[in-house]
Amino acid sequence: MLMRAYRWLLPHPYLTAILAIVWIMLQNKATAGMAVFGLILGIIIPRLTSIWWPDTPKFRILRMVPYTLLVVWDIVVANIQVAWIVLTVPNSKLKPAWIVVPLDLKYPEAISTLAGTITLTPGTVTADVSDQGNCLLVHVLHTHDPDAVRDDIKTRYESRLLRIFS
Amino acid sequence: MTIETIATYAAAASLLIGAFFIIVGVIGLLKFNEPMTRLHAPTKVGTIGIGMLLIASMLVSFGQGEGSVHELLIVAFLFTTAPVSANFFAKVIIHRGNCGPLPTPPGDQAWSTLAKPKKD
Repeated sequence: MLMRAYRWLLPHPYLTAILAIVWIMLQNKATAGMAVFGLILGIIIPRLTSIWWPDTPKFRILRMVPYTLLVVWDIVVANIQVAWIVLTVPNSKLKPAWIVVPLDLKYPEAISTLAGTITLTPGTVTADVSDQGNCLLVHVLHTHDPDAVRDDIKTRYESRLLRIFS
Repeated sequence: MTIETIATYAAAASLLIGAFFIIVGVIGLLKFNEPMTRLHAPTKVGTIGIGMLLIASMLVSFGQGEGSVHELLIVAFLFTTAPVSANFFAKVIIHRGNCGPLPTPPGDQAWSTLAKPKKD
């Protein structure tokens, strides 16, 4: 009974926490009143939108921290590489490629996280997903070895996301 | 050297780095000649370029003793929305067909942008 009331009130507990924190950060100062109001918003908004978001995937939030740091580091490194490509490689020598990344992830939330990560790291853009959700279409700016890029995405990001969403 | 001076110099350095990456992104946008390769330039501007400008803004505000965390929110919102807009650009390019031949997805499937809904 208590569990059902909890599930009804907090369909997405992490979303509640994130909304409350975002509200407090928007005020730029942490006061008790703002925390209470943020918590109220954090309960009302997931409740009202839960019909569009029926499933709650399992999510280990602590494993998200090293993943985020890794992605930020990769963004910095890839930015420098892509800046070098932009400034030095002429158009005629540029080797763009389409690659297909088969997915082991099943949750839509996990697949969107992976797609967002691929787009945020410069040099690769996620263009599409297959209609059954079994593979991603990724465009690479400049590579001599498309298979290596695919394996890199799978080992570096997808294996970690599999452990986060498990 | 007071903290304020150090923060000012650090902010100036990150402004320069951010401006450098933004201008590289603009050069890429002008230089590349295919729609899909052009799409790579804005992702760079959107991540490290804007990120460094916002770090500069945070450094200045903390150096003056009135911390501001709005910049972290801007980065968070930017990083969640930028891939969506890039994805929509890519979908438009695929629909217009000026992206070269696409690889076929393995198995008996289609890419969802081009998939025809089943008639029933």
